[in-house]
Amino acid sequence: MTRPVNTPDIVVIGGGNAALCAAITAAEAGARVLILEGAPKAYRGGNSRHTRNFRCMHHGPLGPLVESYTEEEYLADLMKVTAGKTDEDLARLAIRTSEECLPWMEAHGVRFQPSLSGTLSLARTNAFFLGGGKSLVNAYYRTAESLGVQVEYEAAVTHLELTEDRIDFLDYTQGGESHRVAPKSVVVASGGFQADVDWLARAWGPAAKNFLIRGTPYNRGVVLADLLEQGIEQVGDPTQCHAVAIDGRAPKFDGGIVTRLDCVPFSIVVNKDGQRFYDEGEDVWPKRYAIWGRLVAAQPDQVGYVIIDAKSLNLFMPSVFPPIKADTLEELAEKMGLPADALVKTVSEFNAACGDTSKFHPTELDGVSTQGLSPPKTNWARPIVEPPFYGYSLRTGVTFTYLGLKVDDRAQCSIGNRPVSNLWAAGETMAGSILGQGYLAGFGMTIGTVFGRIAGREAAAHAN
Amino acid sequence: MQTDFLNEARRQAEICNACRYCEGYCSVFPALHAERAFSDGDLTQLANLCHNCRGCYYACQYTAPHEFDLNLPQALANVRQESWEDLAFPRAAGKAFQKNGVMIAGAAVIGFALLFLAARSLTPASGEGFYAVLSHNAMVAIFLPAFLFPLLSIGISLRRYWQSVGAQPLKLAHLMQAFRQAANMKNLKGGHGDGCNFEDEDRFTHARRAAHQAVMYGFLLCFASTSVATLMHYLLGMSAPYGLLSLPKLLGLSGGLLLVAGCAEMIRLKLKSDRKLGASKAFGGEIAFIGLLGFVGLSGLVLYGLGQTAMMPGLLALHLGSVLAFFLLTPFTKMAHGFYRLAALAADAQR
Repeated sequence: MTRPVNTPDIVVIGGGNAALCAAITAAEAGARVLILEGAPKAYRGGNSRHTRNFRCMHHGPLGPLVESYTEEEYLADLMKVTAGKTDEDLARLAIRTSEECLPWMEAHGVRFQPSLSGTLSLARTNAFFLGGGKSLVNAYYRTAESLGVQVEYEAAVTHLELTEDRIDFLDYTQGGESHRVAPKSVVVASGGFQADVDWLARAWGPAAKNFLIRGTPYNRGVVLADLLEQGIEQVGDPTQCHAVAIDGRAPKFDGGIVTRLDCVPFSIVVNKDGQRFYDEGEDVWPKRYAIWGRLVAAQPDQVGYVIIDAKSLNLFMPSVFPPIKADTLEELAEKMGLPADALVKTVSEFNAACGDTSKFHPTELDGVSTQGLSPPKTNWARPIVEPPFYGYSLRTGVTFTYLGLKVDDRAQCSIGNRPVSNLWAAGETMAGSILGQGYLAGFGMTIGTVFGRIAGREAAAHAN
Repeated sequence: MQTDFLNEARRQAEICNACRYCEGYCSVFPALHAERAFSDGDLTQLANLCHNCRGCYYACQYTAPHEFDLNLPQALANVRQESWEDLAFPRAAGKAFQKNGVMIAGAAVIGFALLFLAARSLTPASGEGFYAVLSHNAMVAIFLPAFLFPLLSIGISLRRYWQSVGAQPLKLAHLMQAFRQAANMKNLKGGHGDGCNFEDEDRFTHARRAAHQAVMYGFLLCFASTSVATLMHYLLGMSAPYGLLSLPKLLGLSGGLLLVAGCAEMIRLKLKSDRKLGASKAFGGEIAFIGLLGFVGLSGLVLYGLGQTAMMPGLLALHLGSVLAFFLLTPFTKMAHGFYRLAALAADAQR
């Protein structure tokens, strides 16, 4: 069989961290690689654009990381957030390989920096990218292009043709034209489906229409759906997504990091009827922001309202949108579209249930709690009395979906009980193979880097 | 100051403050992250700390077409440009020249004409070398005021700057830190030491930093040459012309070569850069200023090379004319940025 000269050995579908790691690794192994990135150049990189760090095992100081972070501790951290819903073998593979990834990343253009202000607690476990995820993506594109990797933007893959146990060809459109390409190997690294809100609504229920998507609008799961329909093995709960509570005024897509709101522990949160619905002070915010995505999703219209007073305004990181401000609670209720009577009553009851606040400590579980209130507020419970009063709206922000392609320790996809001979997956699209639920900061980039490199290596070995 | 520019910079700074991914690039971000709200003075200080290395722009996930439309290098460049015009003494001169390449070129032409006129009408009865064209005293009469006026003007402007950004009384340690950072252009190294983004989108290089340092050190060497010559003239009674291995010549030649090469490279880089990341409408003024500065160096070198020929008087008038224009325009052109930058770095050292 003859091949046209310009046919690449490997097509990588997607243009984020995992795709780039795969493409670079394969190109360094001598393969001709074509990246098909669905987004335009300005939006290339998928959700990697919004990331900022890489969770990394290490024995002794490594790059920007201090002390040590062992495999067992890393795994324990992971098991805690996933409540054991984790493929331990793959998780250990990701964790163990992360250590050699950090120097590899640096050698391929990624630059790290000491932990960002406000994230010092992660200085031991997470390596922060200087400039954030987009700078990582930029550096990898530079490296990939210097290795001869061809990159096509706004190239939307529509179908992979599976015959028995191999991908024969794939179709994509670009600039209104259809193209067909038949590479020897294919790497899928095109993320989850969270940007397809209709799909989310089918999976989660109609409430999902009100969710905001924190990342790229290009992760619509087209390739994922195409492969699952053809019987490729799937993994992960198809109805679930990772969702956090973010500023309700965030854009529908791509709001990223700046839309987070850290003020819930110092507030009371009410629904649109002015009623509290959960313990705002249950734990420190980094351990609770994820459950609040679900809590808000369960409220009428999937919206919550955070109420604080003047003394709490400077206790949390500034958010991208200024708070709504009023001199009285009635005025604040009116500005936020809440029933004033109900809000005033809720705040009064809360204030009356507050006790001694002398032990208040904003960064520790201080035990300053309400008495006899339901639901209680078990830490940081201080009466909301000092004008001006401030409010933020809260909505559910979807980070990623769990449904994905099931892979083995070589990142290879399978159908029935046999591998698809020339199909590999990396990054968010297969993260469900490891993360059954929950999320551990910086672990998405670990999965993407580790499995991207494995997929690139295997795809190149097959092609050669 | 145009409140539009300040408001736009404030809007963007608030978004940056909620993100913080760029914290490691330069001095701007740690200073920015230390605030929760941004006064006009805060923004002026941040703007003058910004070296326009553009690292934050290319790393930013919120640049256009994203609806947040961040372009912090330009937002700060606009505030910075405005601050130089607003703080200039006299203010009208700042407005007239900062963004206006034609006005700068016009000033240079007037400088040439004045010196030709002086050379023609003030020809001394006797004198050696350049002093046969224009006597030493005539040169001093022209250049002493042309040197002192800009110093006075910049002094007043810096005082205004210091007040407007709310800085504390200056200590030597703050100044030393500012000089250290300027001496190796730390803020164009990009945090990781790979340099800045300028001439080729997100590629990090040291090209702009090298060009800037060539210009800066070239200029300082030329300035040192003149200073040394002045001291030799007055203190040691040794008057020009000086031999090739004399201190003024060694400093002047090496400085002139660096200055010319640096200016040429800087113009080349600027022509390749994305103008949307610099101050709006300031490109012409910047290029004209670099052109003028480069011409000062080039005409000095040519004058040295052809100083023994019949072209000397004309070349001397061109060189001195450009020097005159350059000095007088110093507070009102891009040259002023060096003084504001040092002030900003010194104020930042107080943080």
